[in-house]
Amino acid sequence: MRMLKEFIKFGKNPVTTEEFFTAGHSFCIGCGEALALRLACKALGSNVIIANATGCIEICTSPLPVTSWRVPWIHTLFENTAATISGVEAGLKILTKKGKMPDRHIKCVAVAGDGGTADIGIQALSGAFERNHDFLYLCFDNEAYMNTGIQRSSATPYGASTTTAPAGKFSIGQVTRKKNMAAIAAAHDIPYVATACPSYHLDLMEKVRKGAEIKGPAYIHILSPCPTGWRYRSDLAITIGQLAVQTGIFPLYEIEYGRYRLNADPPKLKPIEEYLKLQGRYRHLTDKQVQRIQEMVNEDYVKLKEKAAASPL
Amino acid sequence: MSKRIGLEASFATAEAARMADVDVIAAYPITPQTHIPERLAEMVADGELNAAYVPVESEHSAMSACLGAAAVGARTFTATAGQGLELMHEVVYAASSMRYPVVMTVCNRALSAPLSVWGDHSDAMAVRDTAWIQVFCQNSQEAFDLTLWAFRVGEDPKVLFPVMVHLDGFHLSHVTEPVILPEQEEVDRFLPRFHYPFALDPNRPMTHGGFGPPDIYSEAKIAQELAFRQSKEVVLQGWKEFGDIFGRYYRPVESYRIEGAKTLLMTMGSFTETAKIVIDDRRDKGEAIGLISLRLWRPFPFEEFRQAVKDAKIIIIFDRCISSGMGGPVFSEVRSALYNEEARPKVISFIGGLGGRNMSEKDFDYVINRGKEIVEKGSEKMFETVGIRGKVTSIRG
Amino acid sequence: MTQKRLKIGTDFTWRDMEVGNIITEAGSAALRRTGDWRSQRPITDKEKCNKCNLCWLYCPDAAIKPLEDGYYETDLFYCKGCGICAKVCPKGAITMIEEEEQ
Repeated sequence: MRMLKEFIKFGKNPVTTEEFFTAGHSFCIGCGEALALRLACKALGSNVIIANATGCIEICTSPLPVTSWRVPWIHTLFENTAATISGVEAGLKILTKKGKMPDRHIKCVAVAGDGGTADIGIQALSGAFERNHDFLYLCFDNEAYMNTGIQRSSATPYGASTTTAPAGKFSIGQVTRKKNMAAIAAAHDIPYVATACPSYHLDLMEKVRKGAEIKGPAYIHILSPCPTGWRYRSDLAITIGQLAVQTGIFPLYEIEYGRYRLNADPPKLKPIEEYLKLQGRYRHLTDKQVQRIQEMVNEDYVKLKEKAAASPL
Repeated sequence: MSKRIGLEASFATAEAARMADVDVIAAYPITPQTHIPERLAEMVADGELNAAYVPVESEHSAMSACLGAAAVGARTFTATAGQGLELMHEVVYAASSMRYPVVMTVCNRALSAPLSVWGDHSDAMAVRDTAWIQVFCQNSQEAFDLTLWAFRVGEDPKVLFPVMVHLDGFHLSHVTEPVILPEQEEVDRFLPRFHYPFALDPNRPMTHGGFGPPDIYSEAKIAQELAFRQSKEVVLQGWKEFGDIFGRYYRPVESYRIEGAKTLLMTMGSFTETAKIVIDDRRDKGEAIGLISLRLWRPFPFEEFRQAVKDAKIIIIFDRCISSGMGGPVFSEVRSALYNEEARPKVISFIGGLGGRNMSEKDFDYVINRGKEIVEKGSEKMFETVGIRGKVTSIRG
Repeated sequence: MTQKRLKIGTDFTWRDMEVGNIITEAGSAALRRTGDWRSQRPITDKEKCNKCNLCWLYCPDAAIKPLEDGYYETDLFYCKGCGICAKVCPKGAITMIEEEEQ
C-alpha cells in the first residue's frame, strides 16, 4: 500500500486518511451528500454505531450482499432512525451500567435525509430529543425525496421544481417555505444545533466533532447538493454549496441551548440569482419570481440575525 | 421457597420480565396493557429492576427502540395492544426478518372502528404472518411462565426470532389469579444470559438491514421461513426445560378430556377456562365431549393439532375475530390444516366475544348444542355468531 | 494474494444467507468497479500541483489516493468522472478528458 500517512493537514487541522465507508458505493456521479457523509465520518472516527434511515445514503451503501460500511451500522425503516438510535443508546448505557460490557464511550449517531427527518421522521426525532438521549443526529438535506425520484419534502425550498410539486402553468413548483429544522431542534432546548455544508469542510468536520463530544442530543443540518435532483453539472457540488452560504439562503450557524452564533456573516450577501441560475430545478423562474425569492432570503436572514442578536452565544 | 400469591396477569408478566433481568423496556401506554409498563416503571424507579425504561412517544418508536437495543445485545421487552400493535405493524415485520429476539406481550384488544378498548383477537390475527413465535395464555400463571419461556426460546442462538405472548385484554390482563412464583435461582438456571452473536460493535463492524434487490430477496425470505419453522424444536425444548425446573409442562396443543370424545370444542386464550367448566359439566352428565386449546399459534403446530383431533368426528371452533369476507381466522386455518387428512372431521365455525363481549358457560353450552344441530341439519351460514343481537340468516362461504 | 471476487446476489442460495441478512464482512462493496460509470476522466499536471490536498478531500468516492511524495493519483477503478477535483483545484492542475470509446 502506498498510502502511508494517517493524517493529512489542512492548515493546523489534521484530517484522517481513513475511510469509514468504502468506494464502490452507488452514489450518483458528483454527489454532494456522499461527500458530506465522507467528511462527517472522518470527524466521527470508528468508535461509533450508526443508525441510518431509508434513503440515498442507505441504498447507496448497503446493497445486499455487500456493504460499503466499515463501522457498525443498522438500517431498520424510514421514519424511526431517532427511535432506533434511542434503543441503541439505551442498550449500550444499561449494559455498561450492569457490568455486562465495559464502558467504551461508543458514540451513537443517527443519519437520515431531509424527508426522513423533517417529514416522516419528525415524531421520533422530537421524542428522542425530549428523552435526552446521548446521540448525534445528522440530517443530510438534499431538499427532496431524492432516492425515490426527486419528490418534494418539507425541506424543498420555495420555487424549486420537484416531481410532486412541479413547476407548471399554474404553479411555481414548491409553494411553501422550507421547514426550519434547526429552529425546531433548538426549540427542544438541546445542547447543540448547527448547520453545515461540505463546501466548508473544516467547519463541517469541527461541528460534527463538537456534536459528537456533547453529552446529550445534538443536531446538525447538512446541506447536501444533489446533481441529479437539483439538476446541475456533476462537478459543481462545492461551488453550489459555497453560493448557498454566500447568498444567505443556507447560512452557517450554531445554537447552544437556544443561544445563537453566526459562523459567517458577510457584509454583503451575493445575489440569490447566482445560486439559482446554476440549477435546473429553478430554471422556470421568471425575474419577478427570482426577486420574490431574494426578498424571502433577505427576510429569513434578517430574522436569523435578530435571533442571534437577541440570544447570542 | 417458591411462593403462591394472587397476582393480576399484567403484574405477573411484569414480574417475569423482572426476574428475567430484562435490560431495556421501550413501551407506550395503551389500554388494556397499561398495568404492564406501569409496574415495570415502578420497579425501575424503586431499584427493584436494573433496566433502561425508555418512555417512547409511540408504539412505532417502541418497537424501533427495541430493535436498536436488541441489536447491541440487550435483553428487550415491550407490551402493547390493539391499535398500538397496528401502529407498529411494519416494525413487527422488521423485528423478525432482522432476527432480533424481542419479547412482547400483547393484551389482545379489538381494532377500531368503532374504537374499543376491550378484548378480542383481531389485533393478534392481523399479525399472523409476521414470523413471530406466538403463544396464547389461559391464566395468570401462564402469563408469568410463558413470558419467561419466551426469552429462553427467542434468544436461543438456534432461533433468534421475536416472541409474542398473547393475553386476553381485560378478561385476563386485569384478572387476579393464584400464581406460583419461582425462586430467582431457578429462573437463573432456566434462563441463560443473552448473548447476541451479531451485536453492533466497533471492534467487529457489521451491517444490519441492507436492502435486498430482486435477485436475493427470495433467498432471504425462504431462509427466514425455514429457520422460523425450525424454531419449533427449541419451542418444545424450552417447554421441556421449563417443566424440568419449574414442574409445569406446556404443550403446543392442550387436550382436555378428549378420551373417547367424538365432538371437540376448540378455543384459544383465557375463554378456554370458561369452556372447560362446560366440558366438565357435560362429562359429568355422561356426554363424550372434549376440548382442545391452541397454546402455540405460530409456527402453527400441524403435527400436534392433527394428533389431538385424530379421533374426532366434529370440531366446533370458536373464533374471537372476523376475518372480513372470509370468516373465522382460526377456523380457516384449521380447515386448511385438515384438508389432506384421510378422515376429515366436520368443522363448524362460531364467532363471538368481540370487542369485550363476554362468553359465559351458557354461551359455550349454546355453541356446543347449536354446533351439533348444524352437523345434523346443515346451515345457510358459513359461521354462526354467539351472543349478537339480531337474526342473521345467511352468510355464504 | 488471492484475488477476491465481488459477491453478487445470484451467487447466493438460501443456505448462504446469513441470519437476518446481516453482512459480517465490512467494506465488501470495495470490489465494485464504479469506474465503469465514467464518461470522462481526470488528468493531473504534476507541474502545476501544489499539494493542497483539496482534490483528495473533495472526492465523493475517495478515489484520489495520496502518494508518499505528497502528490495524488486517481484510482480509476472507482473514479466516476464527476469533475469535482478539476473544479476545486486552485491551480487548475486537473483537467477532465473524454473517455475513449472502447
